[in-house]
Order: sequence, then structure tokens, then C-alpha cells
Amino acid sequence: MAAELHVALVAADREVWSGEATLVVARTTSGDIGVMPGHQPLLGVLESGPVTIRTSEGGTVVAAVHGGFISFADDKLSLLAEIAELSDEIDVQRVERELERAKAEGDAAAERRADVRLRAAATS
Amino acid sequence: MGAQLRVYKRRIRSVTATKKITKAMEMIAASRVVKAQRKVAASTPYATELTRAVTAVGTGSNTKHPLTTQAETVTRSAVLLLTSDRGLAGAFNSNAIKVAEQLTERLEAEGKEVDTYIVGRRGLAHYNFRERKVVESWAGFTDEPTYADAKKVAGPLIEAIETETAEGGVDELHIVFTEFVSMMTQTALDDRLLPLSLEEVAKEAAPKGEILPLYDFEPSAEDVLDALLPRYVESRIYNALLQSAASKHAATRRAMKSATDNAGELITTLSRLANAARQAEITQEISEIVGGSAALADATAGSDR
Repeated sequence: MAAELHVALVAADREVWSGEATLVVARTTSGDIGVMPGHQPLLGVLESGPVTIRTSEGGTVVAAVHGGFISFADDKLSLLAEIAELSDEIDVQRVERELERAKAEGDAAAERRADVRLRAAATS
Repeated sequence: MGAQLRVYKRRIRSVTATKKITKAMEMIAASRVVKAQRKVAASTPYATELTRAVTAVGTGSNTKHPLTTQAETVTRSAVLLLTSDRGLAGAFNSNAIKVAEQLTERLEAEGKEVDTYIVGRRGLAHYNFRERKVVESWAGFTDEPTYADAKKVAGPLIEAIETETAEGGVDELHIVFTEFVSMMTQTALDDRLLPLSLEEVAKEAAPKGEILPLYDFEPSAEDVLDALLPRYVESRIYNALLQSAASKHAATRRAMKSATDNAGELITTLSRLANAARQAEITQEISEIVGGSAALADATAGSDR
């Protein structure tokens, strides 16, 4: 079946998610990109942002990804991230605390990371 | 109880206590090896994918990058030595240090300056004791390194290599770590991490002569390479840290196993000696009694007459 792509979402220290999907949307440094089966080979730099994977079974997997790459060839898509968390792994209360602390300390990067996590958690 | 026997008994007690400790340490190390191995396995998918990506950019574009270009004359090299924080691991640390020293000697013979970076308290202590210069050192995570630790180590190294040599930067980066071959074999080895030779990386990524597709780079090949190479170095350092940790635990396990065996042997020898001492004591007592009563009998026999 050609209308499927194999997705592997790997963080530096573990494989976060892998499986078949029909569409993957990720945020690269030059904007959001959607990859469907048969896409041209691609290698891009990811920004901190949510990654949405529409699985073959019709479900949706959302993950918060911080820094990394997307690479696609031969209907195999790999998302490499230093840190990646699935939306249902995210502890919303903890992230909210982190967000407040980041705001108080004026740490823009940490604030952004917390924001991405929260949004990923909210979409699931 | 005679003095001799008491001394033996005391030594047996102390060796037994030592044996219990080494046995416990052996079992702890054994469980940690498995855990460390699992971590090595878990980090493999990321490393493989990253290697593939680096090869794709490296071969698919004519991008020049400070991390891949070989300097014409190498004046300064950095050596990163991975040791452990704690000892009791047999020759684990001394082997790694020996390899690092051989490498340093070789580089210096080639007329290069060597900057040393060290991970682990043991290696640092070795260099400090000999009053050798260490540019930077890290400690406290060698038993269970995380990716954040690898990032912490890689940061200054990448910075050093990106700096011009005239301003104190380095042209090459070597890493010395202990490769985990199997439970019984761990070898200390050195490896040139930077500048990357893309041919070698390519061989690693596609050993079967698989042809990589032509990629579309987003936003551009230069930017992708810029972002990719530091990550690649980090992941290599992470992998080396994990392997070192696994090797250290395996070495500890082996060292503690032989310590336990030796303690067992010592206990056997000591108990034999203690038994002999006890027997000698009894023999002496009996001969004293027999001698005494014989003397008494002789004395009474004399007075009777």
C-alpha cells in the first residue's frame, strides 16, 4: 500500500514512537511542513514545536519536540529530537509551574519550551 | 583460647566481612551493566538516523564546514579522555589513561600541541597528581550519563574547534574511551572525532553500497549541516560515555568477583591454619596432663617404699 509512511520519532536516549502514518506535520525553521507518502526526499531542521502524526488507524499522535531534524526518504520518515515527549506523557501541572518560573526569571528559551509542551498537551 | 588461635579467628572474621562487601558490590555492578547496556541500545536508533542524515548532507552537497574540513597544518589537538569517578574497577581507568598518554605522545611527536579534556574524577586525579595541564574537566555523572551531560561536555569542545587556531582553538578532536565489546572484553581505544571524514561516516551508514537519495534541504544545506554536525558530535560523545559506563561496571564486576574468590580462598587457608593451631593447643594440653600425672605417679611410687 503506497498511502502509508513509516514514522520513527526518536529522542537522543530512546525511541518515543514508531508506526505507520498517513500524514505528519512538523515545524521547521522555515515554517510548518506536512509530509505525506510519496513526498520528495527531505532533510530539515526542526524548531521547538508540536509534531502531529495522523496514524493509519485514524488516530492522532501529538508530541512536543525540542530541537532536531526531520528526514524523509523512501516513505520512511525519521524525526530526530534531543528531547521529545508524547502529549499524554506531559505533566501539565509541572509544565505550568515551569512556565511561571521561566517567566519570572525571564528565560525566553525555557518559556518557549514550556509553551510548546502545554500546547501539545492541550491538543490531545 | 591460645593467642595464636585468637589471631586467626579475628582474621577470618575480617576477611568474611570483606567477602560479603565485595560480593554485594559484584551483584550491584552486574545489574548496572545490564542497565547501561540497555541505555546503549536505546541510544542507537538516534545515532544511526543521525549518521544517515550527516552522510546525506555531506555527500549530497558541496558544503564546506569547519567541522568537516581538515586544516592544512594541525597545530593544536584536543584529547577528550573518558574515565570513571570511582575506582575498584581493576585496570579500567589505568588502561584508558595509558591509551590517552600514548595518543598524546604520538600527537606531540607530530609537532602538535595537545589540550586535554577529562571526564571522571579518576583521570583528573591522575593528571593533577602529575601536575599536567587540563583545560576542562567534568565529573559526577560517569555511572549513569544522560544526554544533557553529553551536551555539557560537547559544548566547549565544539566551541574550541570552531575558534581559529591562532585564538586558542583546536584543529582536531580525539576521544579516548573504553569500548564495551562484551561482558568479558572491554578495550580502551582512541578515535578521531573531528574533523569528520565523511567517507568513513558514509561507510558506517551504508555498508552495503546503498545509494542515498537526493535530499531536499530545508532551509538550506549549509543550515542543516550547521545544526546537524554539533548534534552528531554530541551523540557520538553520548555513545562513548554510555559505553564507558557499561565497561566500567563490567570491569567492577570482574574485579569484585576475583576479590570475592580470593577472600574465599583466604578464608579456607586461614581456617586450616586455625584448626592446626587448635589441634596443637589440645595436643600440648594432653601431653602436659599426661606428663604431670606421670610425674605424680613416679613421685608417689617413690615415697611408698
